[in-house]
Amino acid sequence: MSFLSEALWVLLLGSLLGLELIGKVPPTLHTPLMSGANAISGITVVASLTLIAQANGNRPLLVLGALSLGLALFNVVGGFLVTDRMLAMFRTGANRAKGGAQ
Amino acid sequence: MSLMTLLSYAIDLVAVLLLALGIKGLSKVRTARSANGLAALAIGLAVLGLLIQTQPSLEAWLWIAIGTAVGGLLGVITAQRVPMTAMPETVALFNGCGGLASLLVAVAVALYGGAQAESGVTSTDLVEQISIVISVFVGAITFSGSIVAMGKLQGWIPTPGWTQSQVRHGVNITLAVAALVGALTLPADTTGSSLWVLVAASSLLGIGVTLPIGGADMPVVISLLNSYSGVAAAAAGFVVGSQLLIVAGAMVGAAGLILTQVMCTAMNRSLVNVLFGGALGGAAPVGGGGSEAGYTRITSCSPEECAMALETAERVVFVPGYGLAVAQAQHALRELSKMLEANGTEVSYAIHPVAGRMPGHMNVLLAEADVPYEQLIEMDAINPEFPRTDVVIVLGANDVVNPDAKRDPSSPLYGMPVLEVDQARQVFVVKRSLGAGYAGISNALFELPQTAMVFGDAKAVLNGLLSELRELGVGKVKAAA
Repeated sequence: MSFLSEALWVLLLGSLLGLELIGKVPPTLHTPLMSGANAISGITVVASLTLIAQANGNRPLLVLGALSLGLALFNVVGGFLVTDRMLAMFRTGANRAKGGAQ
Repeated sequence: MSLMTLLSYAIDLVAVLLLALGIKGLSKVRTARSANGLAALAIGLAVLGLLIQTQPSLEAWLWIAIGTAVGGLLGVITAQRVPMTAMPETVALFNGCGGLASLLVAVAVALYGGAQAESGVTSTDLVEQISIVISVFVGAITFSGSIVAMGKLQGWIPTPGWTQSQVRHGVNITLAVAALVGALTLPADTTGSSLWVLVAASSLLGIGVTLPIGGADMPVVISLLNSYSGVAAAAAGFVVGSQLLIVAGAMVGAAGLILTQVMCTAMNRSLVNVLFGGALGGAAPVGGGGSEAGYTRITSCSPEECAMALETAERVVFVPGYGLAVAQAQHALRELSKMLEANGTEVSYAIHPVAGRMPGHMNVLLAEADVPYEQLIEMDAINPEFPRTDVVIVLGANDVVNPDAKRDPSSPLYGMPVLEVDQARQVFVVKRSLGAGYAGISNALFELPQTAMVFGDAKAVLNGLLSELRELGVGKVKAAA
């Protein structure tokens, strides 16, 4: 049971940390934050990779693993890039404003 | 314990630390972009740590390469191609795929066993079964719910009538019971049909709970589904025995929940109301039945008259809404405000927390058009300014400027914080028609004596205003000097 009890502690502490991490969010950032958190939830790539790595040549496991890896990576890669695209706009917007204000 | 194992543990710990810092940093404007990179780095490290730890065989590498190439490439292409106006749908799509990935992992382990036996994990069979059930259930709901949310935002999926009646609760409860039966019979089941009952019932449940929710509330739903996909990832962590996955999934799940709550507060809706209340206004009767028949005292005017008002105004506030985004008119708007500024007019933009289709969506769109950040003023800061504002131009916004939200306790919007544009001396509302907004209710603002409607597509009207103002010679003198 050691894995289970450890895992449950990890679950509890991880959840508490998550609750504390974000408190006040300016409305401006709601969409990027949601998009960024969504990219992070693609961390399930780790599960897909474990599945593949431990498949031991079991073909259906490999196929399902690769499929879920593709989907999770789509989430991760697309999510981070899209978030970056959004946030990059804020920066140039603010920079231009500074440049144009003189 | 070999050096490699120690190394992979260290990498995992750093990855978790970076993830936490990433989520925290994403909630502040200054640090958001670097925090996003930090989180991406964390995921990369997590993958690296896992590869070091498991040392996949050659055959496994091949499949990893296939999955990586396809998923990564599609992700890059999608992220680059998608227009800024379609952000909410895109997040929903990504989120659905993440949920589906967790679902597939659980199904694969349930069908072909494997991962647990090899990893030397000492969890009991029952724990594995429970994890599989949770991972499948939450993963399936995340997937189907996100796809429905995307379809509704894209306008592909309408809101069927029965989903607004009480019938939907019966349907959803039945589906939930079916999923529960599938889950309970799973451990003893040898035919494998329980698993499919669980998969099918959970997927349908995801559709059933998302379908009745109106477009205006979709961002909240996506945020909640995003939180679910964190839970699904944590459950998948239990299935494959990865503590990293458990902690990351739990963190995202909890943070997503907080974000959902923050967004609900911004829209003055309770989460329960969003989830079970049906589409806003769907149940409440709309005055006069038809959405257009409700109006009796509408004044409409041409862009020319509007331009004349703008020419003499000292202080102008634009209220951009989703209609502006749809018409891709943010650049025309920027041009117009530049012209007015050259004429000595004070220009600012009033940003409602839920302007556009997602909180913060409008800021992204206006930043794309190079609108200076300082001119975007949030609701609480701009509301006291309206009484000394000469002209307000509402562009494709509706519910967020509805004065009924303050005055009429019977309005479904009552209590929602709104932009008090009715305090301004003159209001022009640019709108394609008198159709109702997302909330599906009429807007008392349109009938006020100081309000005039300028009918037309936001971009066409703005271009009309630009040419009228040019004819009036606005901005020319100063621009030339």
